[in-house]
Amino acid sequence: MNVLVDNFAMFREGFFGTVELTALSSLLALVLGTLMAAFRVSPVPALRVFGTAWVTLLRNTPLVLLFLVVTLGLPALGLKGWDSFWLAVMALGCYTSAFICEAIRSGINTVPVGQAEAARSIGMTFGQTLGQIVLPQAGRTALPPIGSLLIALTKNSAIASGFNVTELGSVQQTLNSAAGYNIYVIFVWIAISYMIITFALSGLFRLLENRLAVAR
Amino acid sequence: MSSSVLYDVPGPKARTRNRVYGLLSTVAILALVAFVIYKFNDTGQFQAGLWEAYEYTDTQQRIVDGLLTTLKTFAIAAALSLALGAVLAVGRLSDHKPVRWAATVLVEFFRAMPLLIMIFLLFAAVFTTEPMWALVIGLTLYNGSVQAEIFRSGINAVPKGQGEAAYAIGLRKTQVMTSVLVPQAVRSMLPSIISQLVVTLKDTSLGFIILYEELLFVGKSFAQQTPPVNGVYAFIPMVIVFGSIYILLCLALSSLATWVERRSRRSRKGTPPALEGTAATVMADPGHSAAPGPGETGTGPDGPKAP
Repeated sequence: MNVLVDNFAMFREGFFGTVELTALSSLLALVLGTLMAAFRVSPVPALRVFGTAWVTLLRNTPLVLLFLVVTLGLPALGLKGWDSFWLAVMALGCYTSAFICEAIRSGINTVPVGQAEAARSIGMTFGQTLGQIVLPQAGRTALPPIGSLLIALTKNSAIASGFNVTELGSVQQTLNSAAGYNIYVIFVWIAISYMIITFALSGLFRLLENRLAVAR
Repeated sequence: MSSSVLYDVPGPKARTRNRVYGLLSTVAILALVAFVIYKFNDTGQFQAGLWEAYEYTDTQQRIVDGLLTTLKTFAIAAALSLALGAVLAVGRLSDHKPVRWAATVLVEFFRAMPLLIMIFLLFAAVFTTEPMWALVIGLTLYNGSVQAEIFRSGINAVPKGQGEAAYAIGLRKTQVMTSVLVPQAVRSMLPSIISQLVVTLKDTSLGFIILYEELLFVGKSFAQQTPPVNGVYAFIPMVIVFGSIYILLCLALSSLATWVERRSRRSRKGTPPALEGTAATVMADPGHSAAPGPGETGTGPDGPKAP
């Protein structure tokens, strides 16, 4: 209990650091993932190839490597001045977007064929068919996997602590090296903090699922 | 639904328009790549001095050493996690309530913990001088729990009649498992197992953060030791070289998963057990794994992937 009371400010900062990191990179991942899924089913071959390449490449890249690419690559490109937090958001968001893309795409696959056929037969374009008919239905199917992916994102955000971002992982690192505290107790508190976030996320997604459920 | 359902067969006008879009996006992507190359060249990342170190056999030897360390860590962690996964899966499928309960708690806990946090703990508390074992045990605990869920869902996905028939002819539970259920389940779970192994391979790079001398760490220390040429450090060449090695390794392993999956789908001799159960769990599963491997989403029951 001492560890938490003594270092409450640090824990609070770490906790909100993780929450912020997760929220912003989730947003980026959702936007990019949906865009890439749209690319992968689009009628333009070049975009399909791009989407496929994006997914294949990012799914086979270790996240640590992606962090290195972002932190070392962007300054070399002349894009300096990003602080480590935003670099972490970029790395986490791009990485997770590949998985979100696949979740949405398999959601698209479960929408009954008749829906898109009906949309086309009343003269809707690809954009209209996808945006107004197929994606809203696909999103409902894709919701549970997306929820699990965002929980995975929360856990992956711990890697940012290796790259100078203040979050729960870095709290653990700092306290581990500061002598005097029982390492297991620190671990328990960190674990509880993560559980709060992941339980909140899965609760949110269960709520969304119930809200959006439609009888087919 | 295959993607072509989403749009009409393009007529002459649409084909021209698609070609224009295609051209524009190709140009945009090429421009981006050109910009990256130009900028790298401009900031002197392609100077010969930064790259010539990679021609020395000494350097190559170090890269190979790092690669072998990574592969060794991966091999140990993979073997241990498969073993742990089998034990935990057996526990979760046990007839005894306390065993089932304990296994469930273990699986749920280790799947819910960030892997890096666990590795930090192991490194700080147990294996203070041996980062390799901190990494291996961390990977084992985490991936073992995920593998346990894959095993369990694979066994549950075998049609119920199989187990019932085996019990009816008087086999004991162990016999039912080993001679009827497991052989059938392995076929449907193999792609997911290999995908999870890709995750294990990717996660060995977490050793970088606890300063374990695996491939990525070798790369970084190597880049730090190379003297800067005209004020430019050798980090970008390092990322390019070592990144390619990692991506090729993971691609090789995940294409194995895709190949196995395609093969099992094709097999005529006794259809593989229905994938519905596995697919549903596997679809939901990546959430708990740090990073679901490729192929997982492909195992869905919805037939062929869109092109």
